[in-house]
Amino acid sequence: MFEIHALECRRGDRRLFSNLNLTLEPGTLLHVRGRNGSGKTTLLRTLCGLFTPEAGEIRWRGESIRELAEDYRRELLYFGHLNGIKADLTGLENLAIAARLDGDPVAMADIWQALARIGLRGFEDLPTRMLSQGQKKRVALARLMLSRARLWVLDEPFTALDVEAVALLQGLIAAHIADGGLAILTTHQAVPLTSGQVARLDLGD
Amino acid sequence: MWAVFWCVLKRDLLLALRRRTDVLTTLFFFIIVVSLFPLGVGTERQVLQILGPGVVWVAALLASMLALERLFAADYEDGTLEQMLLTAQPLSLLVLAKISAHWLLTGLPLVLIAPLVGMQYHLSDTQIGVMLLALLLGTPILSLIGAIGAALTLGLRGGGILLALLILPLYIPVLVYGAGAVEVSRIALADTEPYLLLLSAFLLAALTLAPLAAAAALRISLE
Repeated sequence: MFEIHALECRRGDRRLFSNLNLTLEPGTLLHVRGRNGSGKTTLLRTLCGLFTPEAGEIRWRGESIRELAEDYRRELLYFGHLNGIKADLTGLENLAIAARLDGDPVAMADIWQALARIGLRGFEDLPTRMLSQGQKKRVALARLMLSRARLWVLDEPFTALDVEAVALLQGLIAAHIADGGLAILTTHQAVPLTSGQVARLDLGD
Repeated sequence: MWAVFWCVLKRDLLLALRRRTDVLTTLFFFIIVVSLFPLGVGTERQVLQILGPGVVWVAALLASMLALERLFAADYEDGTLEQMLLTAQPLSLLVLAKISAHWLLTGLPLVLIAPLVGMQYHLSDTQIGVMLLALLLGTPILSLIGAIGAALTLGLRGGGILLALLILPLYIPVLVYGAGAVEVSRIALADTEPYLLLLSAFLLAALTLAPLAAAAALRISLE
């Protein structure tokens, strides 16, 4: 379903990795590992199409993601270092706008429910700048519940989360994988990821 | 497709409503710059009438310049811009929505306050009318062209100055024809037509091309 073919990425003069080949079938979790600066984030951004690789190709359902463009992005959910939520908007507004831009508007009731499930009951209509770091992250992660994307690309999703939220997120990823989805993630924390098929990729050796 | 346009437009207006100072600074900057000239060059009616159109336009250029830096910067810093790039929507449409919101917040107030500042320069009613119309056509061009520069300089250190150097030369045609229309209307109102038509043509060209260019520039800046 998802293929990486002879991928090479550079940052300035430094070659981060080259000749990277990988095929992922539905229901797989790819855990990208490597020390700081080994190019994990760059790889993830490349897989989303945000960063242009030096060489190589990324294919989704057999077609290059460059050609698929919007059709690929419809099936993609990227969660980066930045939460991607507006501090002046409430959690509800943030999620409603995100869903609308993703092309599948969701009912307000679903957003209330998602926020309650992620542990933000009572904080739904506060501007997110009033929330703590972990709570902001939770707002952003509530997108995972509302999205219908098949491919999740998660860059360090577990940082700043408490034990309870980590468990919840693990559950979400497991359910997504069990449902035949794909997830690619990086994490430095020793979080057991035992859902379905787990592939590992080590960068920077 | 337009639902997405309205969604981004409403979002930006809502954000501005919750953070009003940003809008007001541009407007006050415009008013102050325009008001400084009569204080500097004296209050002689003849001099002010000649200076008026040019000063108002230059001030409008600088004010719109000042506001441009914030067009994409806030969304860039909190990651929402990155998310916009990854949605299944045409990026140029989202960019056009953002530019529209930006013009409504920073361009339109200038147009509306212009008659008031025009009176400081003893401009006649016809001249003020023409100035209003010319600004109405011209300020969206400033926002549209400016968006390309704002997208290109996004995330650069000292981007503000670079933005000014990049964009101000491109504003020259708008300045020439915008101020020209007001100048000519002092003599004969009918002569303003070509100026206004040219401004309209610029506006149409910018409306179709600038969002595409700005979207491409954003993709480069976010890499």
